[in-house]
Amino acid sequence: MAKFKKKSDGGTPAISTASLPDIVFMLLFFFMVATKMRETTLKVQVTTPSVTEVDKIENKSLVSYIYIGKPIKKLQAKFGTAPRIQLNDAFATKEDIFTWVNTEREKIDESERGKWTVALKVDKKTKMGIVTDVKQELRKANALKINYSSKKVNKISK
Amino acid sequence: MAKRDIPEINAGSMADIAFLLLIFFLVTTTMDSETGLVRKLPPMPEDEIQPEDIKIKKRNIFEVLVNANDQLLVEGEFIEITELREKAKRFIKSDPNDPELPEFKETDVPFFGKVMVSKQIISLQNDNGTSYEMYLKVQNELVGAYNELRDELSQKKWGVSYKELEELARTSETAKEKIKALKKIYPQRISEAEPKNVGK
Repeated sequence: MAKFKKKSDGGTPAISTASLPDIVFMLLFFFMVATKMRETTLKVQVTTPSVTEVDKIENKSLVSYIYIGKPIKKLQAKFGTAPRIQLNDAFATKEDIFTWVNTEREKIDESERGKWTVALKVDKKTKMGIVTDVKQELRKANALKINYSSKKVNKISK
Repeated sequence: MAKRDIPEINAGSMADIAFLLLIFFLVTTTMDSETGLVRKLPPMPEDEIQPEDIKIKKRNIFEVLVNANDQLLVEGEFIEITELREKAKRFIKSDPNDPELPEFKETDVPFFGKVMVSKQIISLQNDNGTSYEMYLKVQNELVGAYNELRDELSQKKWGVSYKELEELARTSETAKEKIKALKKIYPQRISEAEPKNVGK
């Protein structure tokens, strides 16, 4: 019969933690590279609707965002609860969209201007009136490629 | 001066510092990839040119109305949003034996040869009081109907799904041509009317 030899001194040797910082740094770099900081502070509350037929936005640098929704709680005392349009960092009216579109388009390299998209981040409870106004302004400004930001689900609810 | 021993720096807290940074980045960043429903707006008509009234036969139009209470009226009847996709698909596909469904036009399509393509147009009209969620769901169902039809055809012809074909199109020219052909057979024609205040 084979004999199991008992380890002579018993106590387990301490595991070296010297490589722990390396592992953590690796994770850190992964997150630094893979994530993107939010560059605009949202002044409106936006919960995008969930639909099934969505496409991924390929190149985020070729996208400009328009936010539409109720002002956030902190600003409601000042601006009320009616839905508002936010362009970049400030509230705007629909008349500002034309100029905004042109400045945003100027920022894009000329060769890639055809791929430039306006993404509409609209709260799902917003009424279509304001959205239609924005769409009309975009048409006037000839920004025809749009993307209705929405989450992907496998089945829509009633 | 006497040679001094440089004491070894204790690196034990390095992990703590790195953890701190890691947690900071975990908390401050958003990982969600941006997704959305891609649509194209029609260009604004020039002021001088009055848009001609193009006569389209009623059977070629699929009328979708959404009122302020988020109710759907499709071809004159109330339906639920969940039924819309099937109805739209039936309409887009059309049927030569049904006088209610759209007419056909013979078109030359690469890969397929001469195909009877239906002259379908979907007309979507919503109220100013319609919620954005409902509007997007309707759009989604209509786009979905086209995508499903293209998918079915693609499966039948090449045994590849439309999604896979779109993936392939990034690198292959033939896949691009195939998508073009599918789009020619089932062209997406969703026309949005100027909003009116209907159905208060």
